[in-house]
Amino acid sequence: MTSTTAGGNGNGGSFGRFWAMTIKEFIQMTRDRITLATMVGLPIMQLFLFGFAINTTPHDLPTAILMRENTDVGRSIVAALKNTDFFEIRTVVTRAEDMDELLKSGRALFVVEIPEGFERALRRGETPSLLVAADATDPVASSSALGALSGIVTSALANDRQIEFSEPSKPAFSIVQHRRYNPAGSSTLNIVPGLLGTILTMTLLIFTALSVTREVERGTMENLLSMPIKPLEIMLGKIAPYVLIGLVQALLIISAGFFVFRVPILGDPLSLVAATALFVVTNLSIGYTFSTIAANQLQAMQMAMMFFLPNILLSGFMFPFAGMPGWAQWIGEALPLTHYIRIVRAVMLKGADIGTLAYDTAALAALMAVAMLIAVRRFRRTLD
Amino acid sequence: MSAATGDTTAAAAMAPEHYRVDAPETVIDVRHLTKSFGGRKVVDDVSMSVRKGRIHGFLGPNGSGKTTTIRMLCGLLTPDSGNGTCLGFDILTESDRIRRRVGYMTQKFSLYQDLSIRENLEFVARVYGLPDARGKAGAAIERLGLKGREKQLAGELSGGWKQRLALGACILPEPALLLLDEPTAGVDPKARREFWNEIHALAADGLSVLVSTHYMDEAERCHEIAYIAYGRLLAQGTVDEVIAGTGLVTWTVSGPDVHHLQSELEKVEGIEMIAPFGTSLHVAGRDPEALERAIAPYRDRPGFAWAKGEPTLEDAFIDLMRRSEDNFQ
Repeated sequence: MTSTTAGGNGNGGSFGRFWAMTIKEFIQMTRDRITLATMVGLPIMQLFLFGFAINTTPHDLPTAILMRENTDVGRSIVAALKNTDFFEIRTVVTRAEDMDELLKSGRALFVVEIPEGFERALRRGETPSLLVAADATDPVASSSALGALSGIVTSALANDRQIEFSEPSKPAFSIVQHRRYNPAGSSTLNIVPGLLGTILTMTLLIFTALSVTREVERGTMENLLSMPIKPLEIMLGKIAPYVLIGLVQALLIISAGFFVFRVPILGDPLSLVAATALFVVTNLSIGYTFSTIAANQLQAMQMAMMFFLPNILLSGFMFPFAGMPGWAQWIGEALPLTHYIRIVRAVMLKGADIGTLAYDTAALAALMAVAMLIAVRRFRRTLD
Repeated sequence: MSAATGDTTAAAAMAPEHYRVDAPETVIDVRHLTKSFGGRKVVDDVSMSVRKGRIHGFLGPNGSGKTTTIRMLCGLLTPDSGNGTCLGFDILTESDRIRRRVGYMTQKFSLYQDLSIRENLEFVARVYGLPDARGKAGAAIERLGLKGREKQLAGELSGGWKQRLALGACILPEPALLLLDEPTAGVDPKARREFWNEIHALAADGLSVLVSTHYMDEAERCHEIAYIAYGRLLAQGTVDEVIAGTGLVTWTVSGPDVHHLQSELEKVEGIEMIAPFGTSLHVAGRDPEALERAIAPYRDRPGFAWAKGEPTLEDAFIDLMRRSEDNFQ
C-alpha cells in the first residue's frame, strides 16, 4: 500500500479523507449523549471528590501525649497542640507501654513524647529531643503533621514561657521522628495537577481504545475498509475530535483547581496548554493502539485498564518517583503520565515553562510517535 | 465440470459508452483464486470473468465462498494463490486503485446506524474526495426518494430502506463496478423488484455488477451467472447455457399425490433428480432414453399427467449441488 495518490481525484485528497473521518467521529461522539455528559461531568466530579477527599494536610489527628515529666513546658506544648487543627489530643499518658498500646489499637496515630528533663535541658540550651511516634499505616497524614509540629512547639515555648534562646540561629530543641515509612510530603497543591493527568489518562484512553473495535463489532469496518481511506487518515480522524474533548476537560479541571482549590498557575499558561495538548494526543494514540490490537471492546477496555494502573502507581502521582527502585523508574519513564505530572507540577507550582522541560516534552512526543507507529502498522487493511 | 463461458452479444451491445468509458472491456478477470481459513479451503481455484456493462449473478448455497470471493476482488482479503485484475488493476498490488472505483455493498448493513441518512452519504462523498459533498449527498437523497427524511438515523430505517440507502451510498462515488453481496436478503418482493430495476438501469449506463443471491428469479434477471458450491465454481455462463450445460432432460408430472409418487420414483434407476414444485414434480435425468424407460411404468397411472418439459435453473442448480456433494464423498 505505497501509492498515496490512488484515486485522489477530488478535493482535499488525504486531508479530505482525514476530515471526513473527523466529522463522522465528531457527530457520533455528540450523538452519544450519555458519554458526552460523562466526558464533561466526570472530570469535574472526580476532581471535587478526590480534591477534597485526598487532602494530605490532615486535621484532628488522634494524638496522645507521653509525659515523662510534669512541667510547665510540657503543659504548654500540650495546650499549643490542642489549639491547632492538626492534632486532637485524646489522652495524656505517662508510661511507655501505654504509648505502644495506643498506637497498636489505633486510638492514636500520633504520640508526642516529652522526655524526662526536657524543660531543664531546654533552659540550659542543650537542644533536647522531642520524640514523636507516628502510625506507619497512615504515613502521608502523619508526615505533614510532623512538619507542622516543630513550628507549633517553637511558638508555644516562645509565647507561653518566654524562654529566650541564647543563640537565635540555633533551635532550642530538635524533633526526633520515629517513622517506619517516610513518604515525600504532598499537599492539595500537588494533588490537583496529579489528578489532572490521571483523569485525562483514564477518560482519553477509553475513548479511543473502543474506536476501532466498535467499528469491527458493529460491522461498519468492512465498509470502511472497502473505501479508499488509509490507516493514518482513519487514525488521525478518529483521534481529532477527542483532542478537543481532552482540552475542554483539562480546561475544566484547571479552572476548578484554580478557583476552588486555589492552585496557582505560576508558569506560562501557553506552556500548560501545549503540554496538555501533547499529553492528550499521546494518550489518545495509545488508546487507539490498543484498539488495533484488541479483538473486541472488552479486550480493549482491559488493555486500557492494565495500562492505567501503572500510570497511577509508577508515575509519581501516588508515590514519590525517587523512592522507587531503578527498574520501576524505568517503567515510569515509559509512561506519559510521569512526564505530564512533572511538566504540570513544574509549570503550575514552580513557574517553569515548556522550554525548561525539554526532556519531558520530548519524552511525551516520543511516546506518541511510537504509539502511532504501532497503531498504523497494526491496523489491518484487510479482513484476513 | 462443464463451466460454459457464455458468449452474450446482445446485452454487451446494449451498454452505452457513457461516463464509464475508462473501464476496460473485462472488468473482472481472475484466475485460480484460492483462499483457506483454518486449513479449510473456502474458495478453491475459482476463475471468473465479468464483462463491462453486464450484470453477473453469483449463486451458491450458504458458506459456498461467495462472500470470500467478492472480498478478494475488492482487496478486503488476500488470496492464498491465484491472481487477476479488477477494472484492469492487479488485485494483489493495486487494491487502493480498486477501492476507489469499486462500490462494495456488504451483506450486513454497514453504514453508521448512529449517523443520519445525510451524514452517512456526506461521509462517503468526503472519503471518496468528491467535490461538493453536501450537494452530492442531497442529490442522492432526492434520487433515493428520501427527501424530508434525511435527518433520520440510518439505524431507524426499515430493511428495504436500509438496502436502498446502502446502494445509494455505493453508487454515490460513481464506481465502474458494483460488488453486491446478497443485497436483497430479507427485503420484501416489491423492494426487491425496485432494486433490480435500479440495477438494470445502472447496467444500461455502463456500470458492471457482480451480485450474489439465493433467489432463482434474481438469477434469471442476470445477464450471466456463476454457480459456486464448496468453494468451487461449478458453472458459468448465461442462464440457458448453465441449464444446457447440465445436460438434463426433465419431465413434469402433476397429479393428486405427487409426494407419494416422489418416494416411489426415488428408488428407480435412470432418474437422477426429483424436485417437487407445488402440485407437480420435476423428474430429471441425463440420459433421455434411460429416463423414459424409468418413468414408463408410472406414465399410465390414473390421475397423473406427464409432460416433457424444459429443466429450470433451479433444476440445474440442485443437480449441480448434488453432483458436487457426490464428488466430496
